[in-house]
Amino acid sequence: MDKIQSLYEALTKVDGFIYPNELALNWDMLIVMYPYITGLVAGAFILASLNRVFDIKALRPTYELSLLTALSFMLVATMPLITHLGQPLRFYEMLITPHLTSAMAIFGFVYLWYLMVVLLLEIWFDYRYDMVIWSREKKGFMKFFYKALTLWVSDTSPESRKTDEKIGYFITVVGIPSAFLLHGYVGFIFGSIKANPWWSTVMMPVIFLFSAMVSGIALVMFIYMVVSYLRKQKIDMNALDTIAKYLFYILIIDFTLESLDQIHRIYEADESFDILKILVRGKLFFTFFIMQIGVGVVIPLATLGFLQFKKPRVRIRKLIYWIISICVLVGIFYMRWNVVIGGQLFSKSFYGFTSYKVNLIGGSDVTLSLLWFIVPFFILAFLLWLLPPWKKAPPIEIPEE
Amino acid sequence: MPLQVKRLLLVFAIFIGIMLVLKYVLTPDSWREYGPYRGNAIGEIASQQAKYVQKESCADCHDSIAEIKSRGEHINLQCEICHGPGYQHVDDENFKMEITKNSTLCLQCHTMNAASPKNIIKQIDATEHNEGEECITCHNPHQPWL
Amino acid sequence: MAIEKENFSRRDFIKNSSMFAGGVVFASLINPYKFVFATKQPKGKGKWYGIGIDIEKCIGCGSCARACKIENNVPDDPFFFRNWVEQYTITNDERILVSSPNGGIDGFKQPVPEEDIYKTFFVPKMCNHCAKSPCTQVCPVGASFESPEGLALVDQSYCIGCGYCVQACPYGCRYIDPVKGVVDKCTLCYHRLEKGLDPACMMACPTGARIYGDLNDKNSAVSLFLKEHNCAVLKPQLNTESKLFYNDLSQEVH
Repeated sequence: MDKIQSLYEALTKVDGFIYPNELALNWDMLIVMYPYITGLVAGAFILASLNRVFDIKALRPTYELSLLTALSFMLVATMPLITHLGQPLRFYEMLITPHLTSAMAIFGFVYLWYLMVVLLLEIWFDYRYDMVIWSREKKGFMKFFYKALTLWVSDTSPESRKTDEKIGYFITVVGIPSAFLLHGYVGFIFGSIKANPWWSTVMMPVIFLFSAMVSGIALVMFIYMVVSYLRKQKIDMNALDTIAKYLFYILIIDFTLESLDQIHRIYEADESFDILKILVRGKLFFTFFIMQIGVGVVIPLATLGFLQFKKPRVRIRKLIYWIISICVLVGIFYMRWNVVIGGQLFSKSFYGFTSYKVNLIGGSDVTLSLLWFIVPFFILAFLLWLLPPWKKAPPIEIPEE
Repeated sequence: MPLQVKRLLLVFAIFIGIMLVLKYVLTPDSWREYGPYRGNAIGEIASQQAKYVQKESCADCHDSIAEIKSRGEHINLQCEICHGPGYQHVDDENFKMEITKNSTLCLQCHTMNAASPKNIIKQIDATEHNEGEECITCHNPHQPWL
Repeated sequence: MAIEKENFSRRDFIKNSSMFAGGVVFASLINPYKFVFATKQPKGKGKWYGIGIDIEKCIGCGSCARACKIENNVPDDPFFFRNWVEQYTITNDERILVSSPNGGIDGFKQPVPEEDIYKTFFVPKMCNHCAKSPCTQVCPVGASFESPEGLALVDQSYCIGCGYCVQACPYGCRYIDPVKGVVDKCTLCYHRLEKGLDPACMMACPTGARIYGDLNDKNSAVSLFLKEHNCAVLKPQLNTESKLFYNDLSQEVH
């Protein structure tokens, strides 16, 4: 068994004293992917709702794209969790007999609510009219498929479109707290573990939420640029600049909250502080200071801040945005890494550290994590083919009443 | 109510219906018998086999050794601390219980360590105390100080 | 400025005092201060297991850890334990050295020469069977639960192996069984208790450093142990209501 083998190897790399059972890191890279992917979903959705609810018109070109991005990542969001389980086929128990005192038990329901009631419905009402039109244009299986997607409702009257619009708006309004709930909840899963001082902070849900928004916005920015490039379409620079502006603002909030959390921790300096200090300066130095803060916050903040005052030429701006979005995505990944892996590296006895080695080749958790990160892009490609935002009918004007 | 809303409600009703049926079918039998867990699990855990039979069972047959032991320092020790679990031997007396008769077994308890309380256990430094000799050449483990 | 004296009529007096009395009666009905006086919720009539460990008597032989591994089919590897023994050594220059090589099964080596030792002792560790166990609280499917006797047990045929309870246990007492893919932990040898036998670790302890019994029975071994010794629990600040009580516990032990 190579898992046991690697544990024997880890046994030689223990620093200080750990409880014997702590040698194995039970939450490996798959659990890093879980809040990461869920965060991308919540962030992408919130970007969409900025357009719909807060009526920021400049973001219109990315509205459908953000929704479809959110959906394609949402569809695999549970997969890292399920594949990580020791008994993956028993996952249904969490829906059948949820143990209500557990912070994890409700995840299935929060997930279903968000997927079925928010994302799918919003996309359905947004595309219903178009799907009816497409079902009339297509032939054979595709005709049937679109018809099935419309649930055999073929009403294309202006009244029905107005209903779609109104309900869609209402769902988006419901969707914002739901997106907050979804990712704040993921933060709570970690933040409520009192045994682990690195996780146990009331700030955790809020930090998770804002880092989720940051990563989701960066992801949509990235995908929008790639999709436009692939379709050889001109990028709407106004939309891109607006996204970058919001990315900048939310990144500031996110960084402020995270700093607040750390400053609070440093100032309070409770019994766990000594070991956490060694952890952050030692085992997490690269992932925390270089990747999470340097690449993920300082570089994007400096660059985006600079762009708020001075606008270089479009080509350069595009390049900057492209690089920044990748920086932010990498930075947030390492933020999740530092939380999930970092929280398990130190012993709860506060006397030592275990180690985690990433087996880039042959490590099943890394392979699976990569898979669950790549699959959403294929789903997104399929969704963009099935429901192309650029072939939608122009929105119907709702007269002011 | 608009048609598309009616259809959607129908789909949701079907979905919730399926979930309820699944919940009914898949919930295990003794769920919530004592609390939010499978009540039968307690019985299942309790029914596992015990491997250590404890000294009363040993004394049923090995009464002479038990008698010797009862007059020595090791009176309170369970036979199976040194001899290992006896459940197979109890079932089948031809199943021999292996025991390593060298000093490492004795030294598990009697080795010199500053952390061991001196008043509780006699400790020896194996490098000074008759080095190379087995303990049982002088001491009878069933009655060490006679 | 003249102060107007309030004109209290008898009627007002009766009204006010009856309101006050009524308020007191109402407040005592809902009785919100009950918890101030009784911090521990009363447990049921049946058995309520507790464990005592006398550090003064532990000789660090590792018999308990060995017996536990055999009795409960715990994997042989040195990183899966239901119970283990730690050796603490505090040197004269105030360094704290802790070790638990193979959980103490193979015995201990004292890393510091005797003249440099300030104090040194063994601490056996096992599941604390907390009354407010954080591990059973977080199990998402109810596979980990507290039995009516106050033991934190695992239903291995129902556990999904998510590892949340392993993260939630402040004492590091749980592990994921590498073969079964489910969590495993100390049951206080529930299968032995039900057969009238002692838990394997209690049975194997040569010096009687480990005690268990019914906390509801004031004459049980563990109740008497608690009465005769000043005991402490591990990490009391986490309010887990641990039922594993140590006599002579040093403050260095986490």
